[in-house]
Amino acid sequence: MVNTKVELCGITLDNPIIPASGTFGFGYEFAELYDINCLGTFSFKGTTKDARFGNPTPRIAECDRGMINAVGLQNPGVEAVIATELPKLKECFNKPVMANVSGFAVEDYVYTCEKLDKEEQVGWLEVNVSCPNVHGGGMAFGTSAEAAAEVTKAVKAVTTKPVIIKLSPNVTDIVSIAKACEEAGADGISMINTMLGMKIDLKTKKPVIANKMGGFSGPAIKPVAVRMIYQVYEAVNIPIVGMGGVSSAEDVIELMLAGATAVEVGAANLIDPFAARDIINNLPAVMKKYSIENLSDIIGGAH
Amino acid sequence: MKQVFLKITENRKIAKDVWLMKLEGDVSAITASGQFVNIKLDGFYLRRPISVCDYDENTLTIIYKVVGEGTEVMAKLPCGTELDVLVGLGNGYTLSKSGETPLLIGGGVGVPPMYNLCRKLVAEGKKVTVILGFNTKEEIFFEDEFKALGAEVYITTVDGSYGTKGFVTDVMKNLDYSYFFTCGPMPMFKAIESTATTSGQYSFEERMGCGFGACMGCSCKTKYGNKRICKDGPVLEREEIIW
Repeated sequence: MVNTKVELCGITLDNPIIPASGTFGFGYEFAELYDINCLGTFSFKGTTKDARFGNPTPRIAECDRGMINAVGLQNPGVEAVIATELPKLKECFNKPVMANVSGFAVEDYVYTCEKLDKEEQVGWLEVNVSCPNVHGGGMAFGTSAEAAAEVTKAVKAVTTKPVIIKLSPNVTDIVSIAKACEEAGADGISMINTMLGMKIDLKTKKPVIANKMGGFSGPAIKPVAVRMIYQVYEAVNIPIVGMGGVSSAEDVIELMLAGATAVEVGAANLIDPFAARDIINNLPAVMKKYSIENLSDIIGGAH
Repeated sequence: MKQVFLKITENRKIAKDVWLMKLEGDVSAITASGQFVNIKLDGFYLRRPISVCDYDENTLTIIYKVVGEGTEVMAKLPCGTELDVLVGLGNGYTLSKSGETPLLIGGGVGVPPMYNLCRKLVAEGKKVTVILGFNTKEEIFFEDEFKALGAEVYITTVDGSYGTKGFVTDVMKNLDYSYFFTCGPMPMFKAIESTATTSGQYSFEERMGCGFGACMGCSCKTKYGNKRICKDGPVLEREEIIW
């Protein structure tokens, strides 16, 4: 028997598989398809202080081995998430959930995190300082070590649950930003958010996406994720939740070897709604193939 | 929604750039006219959402226009190929509002979903009128198929090479009907909106990520709040649409 359990900021996960925010809604859409309690946990749709419609459509463009999205944090706002979405989630998911939070000012992050921190089912707060699809906020906080640290400190001051800061790969030095978050009190780092990209339609000769640019995700970005996780693992002592193009149990192991304690699955959920479940089912066989008994033993094993 | 593997039993050209594909397998998750399927193709990251033209217990018929790399690959797939398909996506049309003399309006690749809808309405004993709009004669398909169902069929072409010259609304404005159902391009929808004298249902198209409501890639605003074209649509009622 192989052991797939890992510990993330003091909470034990049955396995390290976490569907990523923005690809799994609030869980119940997927609960119609399979029992989502097989997941380690999942990170729910990015939540902001106020309701947001997001960007105009088209918001999606297909690319080689990936896709670009510019949804722009569509969500009903934190009050509606607490009043409507979390009760629905509770009916189909009995594990702690990761609450994903975005904002446009430090006070927004503080407001939203403070509210969600009080929700019983919230196990972790994943603070997104790296959304590339909104203006005047989002990624602006994640591309500066000082700003990322400021958000981290402010959120930590009003919360009790572990705070995981989700970082952007669209930076020159992700290590210094990760270190700044750790010094500011972050309990973990999650990485990488999407890479800023663009696709141009040769027929119209214009960008496909209405927002022009968007976040590129999918298998094509996995090598970048592996490299960045590897670098950050060497520099920080807090756990890393890795993500970026993960589509198989082999990918999960690769990111863990680079330094991830748990692994998020993003775009793959959109192509195959059973992707996360299938990765979990395949994990024991792939662990055996590579002579891994305890999955937690391989974290950072490539160093 | 269900993920199934369907085998191609037919894949042939039926008009300029338009292909008909029949697939065999478990399509029991399709429950309404106007739903769509989402097809995985080797070599492409996202699935291809295609409207359902017709279905019964074990067969699915789709009609698609070759417009890009993905549909070019689809057109070359031989019979016997197995495809990974998500079936039973979207809400579909609500037939109960049709009244006794419904009007069905399809424009171009918006024609296919009208077929199953027409078949069901005729089976319910409704007197169905169909307007099919195309750009030109060589793009026309399914005229005889709709007639065979027992519907009264009008064809319009923009260039006048067949049927009534002009747009679907040039026919629509002279007809009496109890309700309308439509699928087609946005300019056609806008013309219908200014011509229609009854309530009706529109089926919308949008670029999608997942096709089953997870990614918020295809959201739109309606009078009743934000809706996802893939999950809460693609069919919206006339009264809720913000033009």
